[in-house]
Amino acid sequence: MRGIRKAFGPVKVLEGVDFELLPGEVHALMGENGAGKSTLMKVLTGVHKADAGEIEVDGQTVSMGSTTDAEKHGIAIIHQELNLIPHLSVTENLFLGRELNTLGLLHRRAMRQRAREWLAHVGMQSIDPDLPVARFSIGQQQMIEIAKALGQNARVLIMDEPTAALSERETDTLFALIRELRSKGTGIVYVSHRMEEIFVLCDRISVLRDGHFVGSRPIPGLSLDEVVQMMVGRSLEARFPTREVTPGEILLKVEQLGDKHVHDISFDLRAGEVLGVAGLMGAGRTELARLLFGLDKATHGRVLLDGQPIHTRTPVQAIHAGLGFVTEDRKAQGLVLDLSLRENISLPRVPSRAGIIDRATEKRQTQGLIEQLKIRTRDMELPVRALSGGNQQKVVLAKWLALKPRVLILDEPTRGVDVGGKAEIYQIINQLVKNGVAILMISSELPEVLAMSDRILVMHEGHATALLDAATATQETVMLAATGGH
Amino acid sequence: MTNRFSFGNGAALLQRLGSVIGLLLLLIALSVLSPDFLNAGNLLTVLRQVSINALIAFGMTFVILAGGIDLSVGAILAFTGAITAGVMASGHGMLLAIGAGLGLGLLLGVINGVLVSWGRVAPFIATLGTMTLLRGLTLSYTQGQPIGVSNNSFALLGDGYIAHLIPNPVVWMFGVFLLCAFLLRGTVFGRHVFALGGNEEAARLSGVRINAMKLGVYGLSGLLSAFAGIVLTSRLYSAQATAGSGYELDAIAAVVLGGTSLAGGRGWLFGTLVGALLIGFLNNGLNLLGVSSFYQQVVKGAVILIAVLLDRRK
Repeated sequence: MRGIRKAFGPVKVLEGVDFELLPGEVHALMGENGAGKSTLMKVLTGVHKADAGEIEVDGQTVSMGSTTDAEKHGIAIIHQELNLIPHLSVTENLFLGRELNTLGLLHRRAMRQRAREWLAHVGMQSIDPDLPVARFSIGQQQMIEIAKALGQNARVLIMDEPTAALSERETDTLFALIRELRSKGTGIVYVSHRMEEIFVLCDRISVLRDGHFVGSRPIPGLSLDEVVQMMVGRSLEARFPTREVTPGEILLKVEQLGDKHVHDISFDLRAGEVLGVAGLMGAGRTELARLLFGLDKATHGRVLLDGQPIHTRTPVQAIHAGLGFVTEDRKAQGLVLDLSLRENISLPRVPSRAGIIDRATEKRQTQGLIEQLKIRTRDMELPVRALSGGNQQKVVLAKWLALKPRVLILDEPTRGVDVGGKAEIYQIINQLVKNGVAILMISSELPEVLAMSDRILVMHEGHATALLDAATATQETVMLAATGGH
Repeated sequence: MTNRFSFGNGAALLQRLGSVIGLLLLLIALSVLSPDFLNAGNLLTVLRQVSINALIAFGMTFVILAGGIDLSVGAILAFTGAITAGVMASGHGMLLAIGAGLGLGLLLGVINGVLVSWGRVAPFIATLGTMTLLRGLTLSYTQGQPIGVSNNSFALLGDGYIAHLIPNPVVWMFGVFLLCAFLLRGTVFGRHVFALGGNEEAARLSGVRINAMKLGVYGLSGLLSAFAGIVLTSRLYSAQATAGSGYELDAIAAVVLGGTSLAGGRGWLFGTLVGALLIGFLNNGLNLLGVSSFYQQVVKGAVILIAVLLDRRK
């Protein structure tokens, strides 16, 4: 790939990126969230069309107009969220959209036979191709996806955070398979945030930063510090604004809270404190937040605010008690995209008298929050759909700030937000903390958790495995607890 | 920096005004094509015909905006009309009869709301069920016979005029339109209707009482259907068991023609009024032009399809 450029509207996501993959190479693609990794891979797989630049396969310039083109050239991607249909059988999934047939009549036996062969290629000969994929673990499902890609003669395999949901043993199995594929000449693009994996597994690394190509280096002889330097381009201190606040009284006390996903979680949260919640995907962090906010029903345990037990069986009660919840997926859960900024911001509590909206107060309040949070928009009447990711995230924050919550739960508050927007969101968090708001911040970005938290609660498979002081915690100690501590 | 209408931007404004432009074009075309079209008598007659559909369609707009659908409106109209007539036929006064009709409509709507909220039944299925059930109840209550009404003050409701000119149903239609438009744009309830239809999960997380809102919108739809049923019974001096057949589809057509998204969350009440008028004037115009009623349906169907296709292209 040479000189790839891509912009979405006014937002430039890729600004002249080069990328090269050799046969039999495991090539790490790294960069912070929002650096442009996934967009680059989407260009490569024909999901997005590049505005400029060219793609060559085997030295021939090709056009990647659609995912079908990518498939034709043997390029396959294994997404973080697997693309399997849970209730269909393994065979049906492997052949989805390209079923062997004569005039629409399926060749079931031939497909089952070939499914077995494909599964054997990835060391999964023991599984029954007639079972629905939902019956298999995430790790096994990933193997099934890889088998599917290989069955379609993929020569380039893109893996996006493949180990995020895997246990250690499953990760080992995956790595063994990747090494085997490499020896057979498959080129693998490995997208991951996990430094250790990169150094163990990959031959070469390419780094993107803010849509620019920073460089490619062979892994042997490269140090961790050099990689971080390439990714961040500056020291960590500059990314996270400092905060001089001493946490006050205990505000929220959670005792033995649990349901079927979350087991006996206890912690205190002080006014003016940020408690980070770290853990791998599926560790139960979002589930914990949902329990606190009354979206799921706790089966045991209790929650105290100011020493008084509170009952948050529904979001309405949680909001009334003084809680706010900035959800992980702002488009699906945080915003009503067709409604305006004003209507979204005031949604939890529309300024009104006797049910009649007080439009003047609503506008004043919205204007104040737009200025306070530096939301860049020319009009508060614009639908939030029209805003950039960072500004949308600020609208979600504004929505809760309007309520002046005492406890604010933030789930991945900077996901999909660019570096500049992140710094602004960190400043907003610091400002809130200064005003005595207690913050529970779930984040998968370790540097963010380490820099922004006072203490860090680490979760693993629904259990709290550690409560660390952020001042002394390191990426390693957090990861150790997040992977179950062995 | 804020404009008075929350249209968002020019493109959205144009999209919204599509139905209005369509209506104006239709009016101009009919005025040119038929000399009988453009006179006060004819126009007021059309408005009176439109009023029943419009009343139902206003309630339907709330339901559709909130992400639902209500197929039971025609059946509620027939059942509540029959009950209202029945109460009077058994010797009770007009006010009790109207109160019973409206109360029953509200209750039936709330039952729809309970089915789709706490019952978690898909709105299409829930209201299909209550529609069928109410049709049966209406037939057994009336034994298939019309129930006549001989109360003269009741007859004024649907058959009277203001200043010997404007039919009362037209007054009801515009009155209810103004009330509902305010409810939708000026109150917290209306705001929550948009939020619910736009993104139910985000609304729930923002503390919108989802289940109560659903009772509210289906209840309103039931109430307005009952009101339409009472006005219709009054105008016809009798309640018919089969009254309102197919009205649910006319109401949905008016809502969609008006530019409200069937997926919920986007739309406006004025569009529904325009949509109902479009259908009414189209019927009237085709009648005046002597088009056979068979072809009228073809034209009506084609207009709906074209309108929705144009809407999708933007």
